[in-house]
Amino acid sequence: MPENLYENLFEVKNLIKYFKTGKGIVHAVDGVSFTIKPGKTLGIVGESGCGKSTTGRCIIRLIEPTSGEIIYKGRDICKISKAEMTKARKEIQIIFQDPYSSLNPRKTVSQIISEPLLHNRIIDRGDKDKLESRILELMETVGLAERLFNSYPHELDGGRRQRIGIARAISMQPDFIVCDEPVSALDVSIQAQILNLLKRLQTELGLTFIFITHNLSVVNYFADDIAVMYLGQVVEKAPAEELFDNPLHPYTKALLSAILVPETGKKRNRVMLHGEPSSPIDPPAGCRFSKRCNFHVSALCVPRDPPLVEISQNHYVACHCIERQ
Amino acid sequence: MAEETTIDRVDDSEEFLLEVKNLTVHYVLETERVEAVNDISFSLKKGRTIGLVGETGAGKTTAALSILNLVPGPLGVIESGEIVLSGNNVLKLSPKQLEKIRGKDVSMIFQDPMTSLNPVMTVGDQIAESVKLHEKVNNAAAYRRAMEMLELVGIPGMRASEYPHQFSGGMKQRVVIAIALACNPKLLIADEPTTALDVTIQAQVLDMIGQLKEKFGTAIVMITHDLGVVAEICDEVAVMYAGKIVESGTLDDVFNHTTHPYTEGLFYSIPKINNKKASLVPIPGLMPDPTKLPKGCAFAPRCAYAFEECSADKLSLRKINQTHSVLCRAYDNPDFHLNLKEGHNNA
Repeated sequence: MPENLYENLFEVKNLIKYFKTGKGIVHAVDGVSFTIKPGKTLGIVGESGCGKSTTGRCIIRLIEPTSGEIIYKGRDICKISKAEMTKARKEIQIIFQDPYSSLNPRKTVSQIISEPLLHNRIIDRGDKDKLESRILELMETVGLAERLFNSYPHELDGGRRQRIGIARAISMQPDFIVCDEPVSALDVSIQAQILNLLKRLQTELGLTFIFITHNLSVVNYFADDIAVMYLGQVVEKAPAEELFDNPLHPYTKALLSAILVPETGKKRNRVMLHGEPSSPIDPPAGCRFSKRCNFHVSALCVPRDPPLVEISQNHYVACHCIERQ
Repeated sequence: MAEETTIDRVDDSEEFLLEVKNLTVHYVLETERVEAVNDISFSLKKGRTIGLVGETGAGKTTAALSILNLVPGPLGVIESGEIVLSGNNVLKLSPKQLEKIRGKDVSMIFQDPMTSLNPVMTVGDQIAESVKLHEKVNNAAAYRRAMEMLELVGIPGMRASEYPHQFSGGMKQRVVIAIALACNPKLLIADEPTTALDVTIQAQVLDMIGQLKEKFGTAIVMITHDLGVVAEICDEVAVMYAGKIVESGTLDDVFNHTTHPYTEGLFYSIPKINNKKASLVPIPGLMPDPTKLPKGCAFAPRCAYAFEECSADKLSLRKINQTHSVLCRAYDNPDFHLNLKEGHNNA
């Protein structure tokens, strides 16, 4: 594997995605930059509409970014030819949130898993034996019983459906997988099964993940680094432990304190946020969180966007007030 | 054979606002029978909050709908049981009498605020509607009350003239809560009220429900799959699995002295926020098909502690102490205790 050649498997620089709508321009992703080292997991957290899924989809070019650089293994995948992109797609996979709507209801489990193998000519259509053994191997890896070979998605529960999605993603022997809320639709007991499966696959296959979620307990369990997004921008980025131990951005603080811990007597001093996120349509200049910020809103916050500044090693924060201290 | 699972109760049932006794609700289809709720009993005192916890298909919502006699017929059939609400058996009331109770004595909040509001009526009119139904007030007074209710849930009263689409998700849920509390009910049934909301908004809404509970002394049946929500707001917990309450007790009983293997499994399936290293121990397998429930303990096929007798015959609820009970045969052995944690440390 040529992984060691690159310090960063992915390097995203100033990624921007605007959607034109009747009401104005939606700033879905507005100047997001980050890097991911091979074999690591970057967690992207944030609430609905913060642009985390759009970011995930842009970096694998399921959505064309408006501007920005996405450097994968040293090459900007926004600039490569279509043929090269098709090749790169095999190495970059995605797992979606809703395992039901991402599977073709008229195909059996084996057909669904075989599709990418046949489409990418990894296995020849005529070579039935090889195809079947590869499908069974993949099913075993993700923990699907052999008897489900000819089942249809509607016969399976959410956890098993998600396993099909995972089998499909790893069938291409990818280096990198975007997991877009892979466990949000599942019950906790099943959620734990899938999280453990993903973790096992990461070590066994040396995968690099972007893990997009709104669930902070899950991201803490899973990610090495965490980026917190708010209205299209990264407001804080740090190694997972650092972020949980020492959150700096007022939004991160509020987000972490809003986690409901399933333990008694843990009623902490909650940082209650007022109001709700403002509209991502043509947002005014300046800190986007300033309207809800409890911390300290000064004249500094409004006229210009706060830059993402490295406060301590690998710990980045975008807040005028912290920057000044 | 122990068929009945009634809990011995303190004699004077007067003090209970709500008593559910041996409730069984099935959905009868042409070829099969979905055993949604199987012989559950619980009770709730004034001003207290009970959490009905469980995963998809555990029967939480069906149980809650029965309290208002709202189980969708003709498929849904309340096979047996009694639901006593301030002395009246809800299941024996006429539709007219039920209408009087619903919204006045008992209100319900549903999960999705989008679908529980009328899109072509202003939110003020929607709140005033329930006030006018239950109290002898004129339109102006009802509307004034609507504005007060909005203020109470943290929305400026001025916005009473706006339509649901002009509000965000969290605000809509606040409107739904305002409607539910407009007639000052004794009991509020909240079916996953914060599941559709973002975490910071969820914190706001739960905080508000907590404050209103204090202020009006409303008793709440909180249906949720999130043990974090339970820890936040409930006094008592009933854990449901495959239509049965497998463990019930005070918050402290269930969270700090967990006795049922399923409850233990749930706790170990949740990533610990303050201990990243702790690995997850998922519950293997899946919930049984509610049309083909096993004869004995429904959790036995997934249970690490199960032995042969577990699947043999029906279980009876075992009292651990005055408040805490568990539905598990393993406790026939007096030395039995849960040890997932210990087992894990040794591994």
